[in-house]
Amino acid sequence: MRTPISFFLLLSAVLFTLGTLGVLLRRNALVIFMSIELQLNAVNLALVAFSRQWGNLNGQVLAFFSMVVAAAEVVVGLAIIVSLYRKRRSADVDEASLLRW
Amino acid sequence: MVIGADLPAINSAMPIWIVPLFPLTGALVLLLTGRRWRGLLSGWFASFLVGASFVSTIVLLLDFLGGDGEAALVNRLYQWVAAGSFSVDVAFRVDPLALVMALTVSGVATLIHIYSIDYMRGDPRFARFFAYLNLFVFFMLVLVLANNFLLLFVGWEGVGLCSYLLIGFWFERKPAADAAKKAFIVTRIGDSAFLIGIVFIWLRFQSLDFEVVFARAPELAAGTATVLALLLFAGAVGKSAQLPLHTWLPDAMEGPTPVSALIHAATMVTAGVYLVVRAHPIFEASEVALTIVATVGIVTAIYAGLSAIGQDDIKRMLAYSTISQLGFMFFGAGMGAYSAAIFLLVAHAFFKAMLFLGAGSVMHGLRGETDMMRMGGLRRAMPLTFWTWVIGWLAMAGIPPLSGFFAKDQVVASASENGRLWFWIAALVGSLLTAVYMSRATFMTFFGRPRSEQKPHDAPPRMGLALVVLAAAAAFGGILGLSAVNGILPAFLEPVFGAAEEPHGPLTVLALALASSAVAVVGIGIAYLVYGSGRIDWVALRSRFAGAKRASQRGFYVDDVYTGGLVAPAKLGSAFLAYVFDRRVLDGAVNGLGRIIGAFAGRGRAVQTGRVRSYALAVLLGVVGVLSYLVVRF
Amino acid sequence: MNADLVVFWVTAPLSVFAAVAMILSRNAVHAALWLIVNLFTLAVLFLVLGSPFLFVVQIIVYAGAIMVLFLFVIMLLGVDQQASLRETIRGQRWLAVVLGLGLVAEIFFAVRLGLGLSRGALPDFARVNEGGNIRALAEVLFGPYFFPFEVTSILLIVAAIGAMLHGRRRVQDEDVIDMPAAAE
Repeated sequence: MRTPISFFLLLSAVLFTLGTLGVLLRRNALVIFMSIELQLNAVNLALVAFSRQWGNLNGQVLAFFSMVVAAAEVVVGLAIIVSLYRKRRSADVDEASLLRW
Repeated sequence: MVIGADLPAINSAMPIWIVPLFPLTGALVLLLTGRRWRGLLSGWFASFLVGASFVSTIVLLLDFLGGDGEAALVNRLYQWVAAGSFSVDVAFRVDPLALVMALTVSGVATLIHIYSIDYMRGDPRFARFFAYLNLFVFFMLVLVLANNFLLLFVGWEGVGLCSYLLIGFWFERKPAADAAKKAFIVTRIGDSAFLIGIVFIWLRFQSLDFEVVFARAPELAAGTATVLALLLFAGAVGKSAQLPLHTWLPDAMEGPTPVSALIHAATMVTAGVYLVVRAHPIFEASEVALTIVATVGIVTAIYAGLSAIGQDDIKRMLAYSTISQLGFMFFGAGMGAYSAAIFLLVAHAFFKAMLFLGAGSVMHGLRGETDMMRMGGLRRAMPLTFWTWVIGWLAMAGIPPLSGFFAKDQVVASASENGRLWFWIAALVGSLLTAVYMSRATFMTFFGRPRSEQKPHDAPPRMGLALVVLAAAAAFGGILGLSAVNGILPAFLEPVFGAAEEPHGPLTVLALALASSAVAVVGIGIAYLVYGSGRIDWVALRSRFAGAKRASQRGFYVDDVYTGGLVAPAKLGSAFLAYVFDRRVLDGAVNGLGRIIGAFAGRGRAVQTGRVRSYALAVLLGVVGVLSYLVVRF
Repeated sequence: MNADLVVFWVTAPLSVFAAVAMILSRNAVHAALWLIVNLFTLAVLFLVLGSPFLFVVQIIVYAGAIMVLFLFVIMLLGVDQQASLRETIRGQRWLAVVLGLGLVAEIFFAVRLGLGLSRGALPDFARVNEGGNIRALAEVLFGPYFFPFEVTSILLIVAAIGAMLHGRRRVQDEDVIDMPAAAE
């Protein structure tokens, strides 16, 4: 393989940052949630790249676990979004700002 | 380690703690269930328990007399305080002195309980009154039966508390509530000195047990002994209402009359005398302290006697007379005549309790009237009260063969026997005053023509019973101490005080007794001339000597000096602290701090926008910050 | 020029483009579709990095199951909403962009410090994947990682139950919080 591992890591950083920006800039709860998935995937990429760098499978196993956790998280998160939407008729996170001063 | 454990700790056949347990039980039961008691039952219950206490004290006495001649029986219940080397037991002690005190306390208390059933009948807080009385008896018995200074102090403070509660029993009346507070605070001055004295005793002897302290007291240097003795005496002065801490006792008469009889005549106020007598080894180590005790005693006796002559309120008159008699007791103790002082204490408990109960009976018959100017001629309307009063009066004035004569004669004579002629003369003056004010009160109350429109009635049966028994005790109590050397009481108390010496003063016993009786007769004569004979218009005399009368009635303005000189400045200072310093400076600082924090928080809370994206931005800020730190570090 | 380098330079820009398109699409369905594209590119990169198992799992679990779930919820909540991209919090946008750039720069420096940007010596992965990637992964997963693996199954069950409880419809008055009427 000729591609330097650092390339993958930098790509991972860029994707992670894009996911972060998605979380920070979008107001639709669903899109925010997708951005979080993007962040998770960016991290997964880094983990798999680390696995390749060190020549063992620990990174891949960790990425696998992260996918499982992501699946669980998506299930619960989407359920929360659905019930939030039911109460407020809106998926805009800025409107759910009751917990403040 | 239990200090003093190596000392003889004999267990009496009957545990001593049973004696105070009875009234404690009564107090607890009555306090917890007071509302449920109906009618007079709670009064009988309380009286029965105190009576049981009296009976068990008699059992203790027989126990003691039948013992193998030990000086004291001691019950150590358990180790109470253990802090480093400081160790105090809860321990009770029975010796002749404690027995005499406990018998007097429980005996008189029983009678006064029975008397109170009639006196307090119909009071909305009837059961609570008896709860307090029982509690008082408990603490008083702890006081006299304690085997160390700390336990004594517990009883000491406990009776102070009960005194407060009972003086202010009718707390809806402001004078009663004020008098209760005054009694508590003024005695507290002496108590703090007493407490300091206890600490000194510990520092000096590493023990508070009576055996240890008194066994080693003769080793004390004169200076140390003086300091210790005077600290203890200061406590006694407060408790026994001696100059200069006497002002609370006349005001304490706001309490119900049985309380005045029990606490402020027969028992609690004599605790000071008991303390001095109990701690006599410490006092004897210092000639100066003894002289001070005697001087304070005799000055108080004369001062209070002069004040008593000017009183128109029958209870205040009796209060001043109590102060005066307590002065005599301290005088006797200061002269080293301890058994005479205790004898006077016992006799005084009888006749003064009787006189107070008599006064209560008069008030009861006149619907609460206490002003002697509105009495007069009551001897026909209330014969029982009158005749018992006469016995108390003559006993107190010192007419032989009543108990007061023997007791006071021995106290007065002790001065002569010590060869201190001026003290003896002063004591005779005090006796004269006693005879005068008592006779004045008798003539004003029971003789002459009635000055009240009310139709008085005599004492109801239970009150009468207490009056008769106490009058009998006052009349025949003298049997206890016919002679200062080998009377019953002096002989019984000998193990505590040592054998009395044969008198060696300039005058013989007979001459001294004659002098005392003569003084009493003269005093009664003077009072008869002015108040009883009808030859002198004493009402006119009052207005002629209005100034002197007023001074005497107001206790020579001691209280007013305190009010103006101490209480008013203290109130002013407190007001400054409360309304200026506290409000401006302390509250200002606290409020200012709160306002500063509030202002910061007001700014800071704006961070909490409630918008989840702002929080996420903050998280990112933190991540970038931490990462930059890590990157820069490597 | 090696094949893997070609694959990287094709997929990486596509991946970044898909991510940017996702966060910029006004319509949630479009965003979901762009995310699927992104997930596919990542799956390819997993293959390049020598993990055929994760390649498959990525496609089946992520692009398949999870994204279907997303689309399902989007359908449930209404598809045709065009979200406004106007920023409402003052300073949020430029601060987010500046911090994002800072984050990328920091990781760039970190990677350069730790790994170096050019190609270094890599261990022979064929030996690690001996007997196939799946077999090798299984031996690690059911070896040292057995206990965490079992715990994740509990996690999944709990998540399923939690989602069920959450999704249950119970409209009672006291449950209705934060409605405009209740808020004031």
